[in-house]
Amino acid sequence: MSSGKEISYPTDLKYAATHEWVRVEGDTATVGISDYAQDALGDIVFVELPVVGMELRAKSGFGVVESVKAASDVFMPVGGSISATNDELANAPETVNADAFGAGWMIKISPFNADDLAKLMDAATYKSKIESGEIH
Amino acid sequence: MSITANKPEPLLYEQSNPGSIGYALPESDVPHTPLPAHLMRADLNLPEVAEVDVVRHFTRLSQKNYCVDLGIYPLGSCTMKYNPKMNEDAIQLTGMSQVHPMQPPETAQGVMQLMYELQEYLGEISGLPAVTLQPAAGAQGELVGILVIRAYHLKRGDTGRSEVLIPDSAHGTNPATSAMAGYRVVEVKSDARGNMDLDDLRSKVSDKTAAIMFTNPNTLGLFEEHVREVNKIVHDAGGLVYGDGANLNAIIGIARPGDLGFDVIHSNLHKTFSVPHGGGGPGSGPVMARPDLAEFLPTPIVSKKGDVYAFETPTNTIGRIKSFWGNFLALVRAYTYIRSYGKEHLREIAEISVLNANYLLALVRDVYDPQVPERTCKHEFVLNGTRFKKEYGVNTLDVAKRIIDYGFYPPTIYFPLIVPECLMIEPTETQSKASLDEFAAALLKIAEEARTDPQLLHNAPHNTPVTRLDDVKAAREPVLNYKPPQIPDQRKAA
Amino acid sequence: MSHRFIPITDADRAQMLKTIGVSSVDTLFDDVPKEAQYPDLNLPPALSEMDLLRTLRDMAAKNANAGEHAYFLGAGAYNHFVPATVPHLIFRSEFYTAYTPYQPEISQGTLQTIFEYQSMICDLTGMDAANASHYDAATAAAEAAVMAINSARTGRKIIVSPTLHPHYRETMRTYLQGQDIPIVGDEDTSLSLDQVLDKHLDNQTAGVLAANPDFLGNVRDFKPLADRIHAVGALSIISVYPISLGLYQPPGDYDADIVIGEGQSLGNALGFGGPYLGIFACKEKYLRRVAGRLVGETVDKQGRRGFVLTLQAREQHIRREKATSNICTNEALNALAACVYLATLGKQGLRDVAELCYQKAHYAASEIAKLGGYRVKTQEFFNEFVVECPRPVAEINRALYKQGIIGGYDLSHDYPHLKNGMLIAVTELNTRSQIDALVSALGALD
Repeated sequence: MSSGKEISYPTDLKYAATHEWVRVEGDTATVGISDYAQDALGDIVFVELPVVGMELRAKSGFGVVESVKAASDVFMPVGGSISATNDELANAPETVNADAFGAGWMIKISPFNADDLAKLMDAATYKSKIESGEIH
Repeated sequence: MSITANKPEPLLYEQSNPGSIGYALPESDVPHTPLPAHLMRADLNLPEVAEVDVVRHFTRLSQKNYCVDLGIYPLGSCTMKYNPKMNEDAIQLTGMSQVHPMQPPETAQGVMQLMYELQEYLGEISGLPAVTLQPAAGAQGELVGILVIRAYHLKRGDTGRSEVLIPDSAHGTNPATSAMAGYRVVEVKSDARGNMDLDDLRSKVSDKTAAIMFTNPNTLGLFEEHVREVNKIVHDAGGLVYGDGANLNAIIGIARPGDLGFDVIHSNLHKTFSVPHGGGGPGSGPVMARPDLAEFLPTPIVSKKGDVYAFETPTNTIGRIKSFWGNFLALVRAYTYIRSYGKEHLREIAEISVLNANYLLALVRDVYDPQVPERTCKHEFVLNGTRFKKEYGVNTLDVAKRIIDYGFYPPTIYFPLIVPECLMIEPTETQSKASLDEFAAALLKIAEEARTDPQLLHNAPHNTPVTRLDDVKAAREPVLNYKPPQIPDQRKAA
Repeated sequence: MSHRFIPITDADRAQMLKTIGVSSVDTLFDDVPKEAQYPDLNLPPALSEMDLLRTLRDMAAKNANAGEHAYFLGAGAYNHFVPATVPHLIFRSEFYTAYTPYQPEISQGTLQTIFEYQSMICDLTGMDAANASHYDAATAAAEAAVMAINSARTGRKIIVSPTLHPHYRETMRTYLQGQDIPIVGDEDTSLSLDQVLDKHLDNQTAGVLAANPDFLGNVRDFKPLADRIHAVGALSIISVYPISLGLYQPPGDYDADIVIGEGQSLGNALGFGGPYLGIFACKEKYLRRVAGRLVGETVDKQGRRGFVLTLQAREQHIRREKATSNICTNEALNALAACVYLATLGKQGLRDVAELCYQKAHYAASEIAKLGGYRVKTQEFFNEFVVECPRPVAEINRALYKQGIIGGYDLSHDYPHLKNGMLIAVTELNTRSQIDALVSALGALD
């Protein structure tokens, strides 16, 4: 299903093996899915997000991303409290395809459990594990 | 298809002509009672068309459909066999079609006799004599089977069993069913010969195993070579074996699931027993089980005492699985089909369905890539389209769409999920040799086109009422019903 | 020689085996355990077409049927007139021998008819979206309960009205028995829904399932109840009798969240209970949690309108154990029958059928009310009502049967407080002379 475009791996982010990225700014973690993940899913048609205020632990599912032929759960890379969701995605799920690391963000977690960050990968590790087929 | 097939047919709503009527009802022959005004609806927006408009509309739409009566419909795991015409005459006998489900059993002995005898036949064919005809479809049969297994464990006080083992090649209904019944799904890997990986199975079976759920032949069209061993491993751990009978067509009359160690199976009457698929249903999915599981079956089953048929509730029933007694008119068709084949011909269904599949495979195997080339298939086989994609840039969807241009329905594609770019082909026993030759010739021609003119495949199909449709638009902006053209709202303006 | 449904001759078989490279058909089954092969099946011998037809006719002749008897029996399945258009169109090969429209380019017939069916169900119920159908109303009720639990942001409790069809209540319990879901409300079937809500409705409630008309025939203005249900954050789920919607306000008018219903009455045969048609419709906001098939409109590469199966990512073939349900098929042919039925009757015809049912039922009730020993217990009804009889209903029905009449449903098992209660249904197919015959037969039994 790959579009053939170059997959990007921004180096300022942390990644989970289940393809979520995290951007940390102060006590807020912003989360989305990686460029690799959006490319593998294909045209995204629907994003289901949690309610603001929910408390979730790391690795628990916070939503679902659907393309025409697939549906994927998305998981908390770090535990914490959902402080904001990207409601624009309800009307424009294609934003995740167009700008996975920017306007396609999904949730903000604040406060979040900083200890969970240590279990995430940096861009180089994430990229090499995908290229070696260790994660897919 | 006909000359009108490719002409767009407006929705009936768009053809509505106020004042047109398509019906004639008698005048009321009783004194008038006033209607309760406070409960009445204001308006009802249904189309207004004449009878001839109705007939032409649906006839034109029908011509936009392919169907079994037009030719091969080789959907793998769907068993799209010819539906004998006599079945349809049988269901239109007024003593079948116009019998009310709630009328007293003493006024419905004929239909109950048919149900009783069908229970007996299905019990005999499967080797599992405790039978319920109630499930409305295969998926519902699965739910019944798993709930029966659950009830069996619970009655024994065996409450720690929380998992159902399912091979990775399984139909999606199997894991969905297990989850509905409250079980955790544990996936078992397949090996290179298309069997279950016994080491993986052994590592996953435990005292938490409630059941294993698998299809035999499996969705690769291969008979599970270790069927007895698989069943023994699960039985030894205290679990039961559920057979998804979707592929019973391959072994009917050849071997009985009960004799192979299955404890419970369902059979899709709309597959093996020729009930027409109706554009996606109704189906019917009776469940057959070991005699000691009879007490858990859904209510009711038909019993016979002397010459009298009655509905009975099994002592520890899981309950009722749908209203009334099952998809009765589907049962009539299956009954008619079994009586038509009889004891002496039944195994020909399996024999010829397997012969046809192997013949078709032999005709195309040098050009396409069988997933497990070293094995004889059963009623269906799976081709792997990875090489076509790599070498010609042609994916399986393109091949499938090009098959349409040759006047055939494409096979099942992208299933089972464990085979990339796969085509899953099930010809059934009701295809002639000539029709298989013709279908194979089309597949070979398409392979040639994939090499020489891939664009032809990318753009296929070419001569259909519509070409490839935009699935993404359909899912992003769902339009699921007719919405009248927007008329400016006077109130808002005012 | 092969059976007549198998178009392979012995000569074909020999050639095909040669192409495959095996000597016999048996060889193809070498991987089947030998000791289990070729069981001697205890089945009757094959019958010719004419002998088989004779056998089936003999069986059919043993059943009372609505072609020959006067029926006053409903209880979830109704004897309505089916216009000739319905069987002639649904038994076109192109409809009944097609399968699920996986390849939309050559399945537009099925897809467009389902889209039109969905549209008609939306109009009939006043809902935003309808699916391609469930097995029947009972399983639609079970799926609705699951959807309410997944949608409501309250608890997991389901309240059922005691006057929801007993089969629907039982089916729902069967479906949900493996999950930890409390189902309450029908412990005492003599209670009204208002009393049940007083007892059970709280902020742990995910949904309330009720019928309108209910199983005992009562029709009511449901809005006050819907308001109570919504006040605690639960979903209001209404089961309908679609013919009644030719006259009565649709559930959308009283703010139902999910509408289910038995669609048999819309052009489908009584057929001893199936296959029937599970109507399922809901408000737009619950769309993504609907179980079962949905058909949507889209365009092809040339911009032409076309229809596809859509929102499939919810379904079992993609989501597997995380799917909204395990349902795979729908009752497509029954939905087509409903679609042709509603098309043939149109907006005025459905109203006329409903009004005929209403008038005849009210005539029957008023005549029965005049009999000594019988009491009509339902106040506000459409075409079905409860009569308290002077004797057990089974006894009365045996006497009616001798006069060619199939009497009403015996309520004594499901509603013990209505010990001699008979549920009588009257449709447009009941003539005044049939009704008069029923009344005089009942009168003679006093």
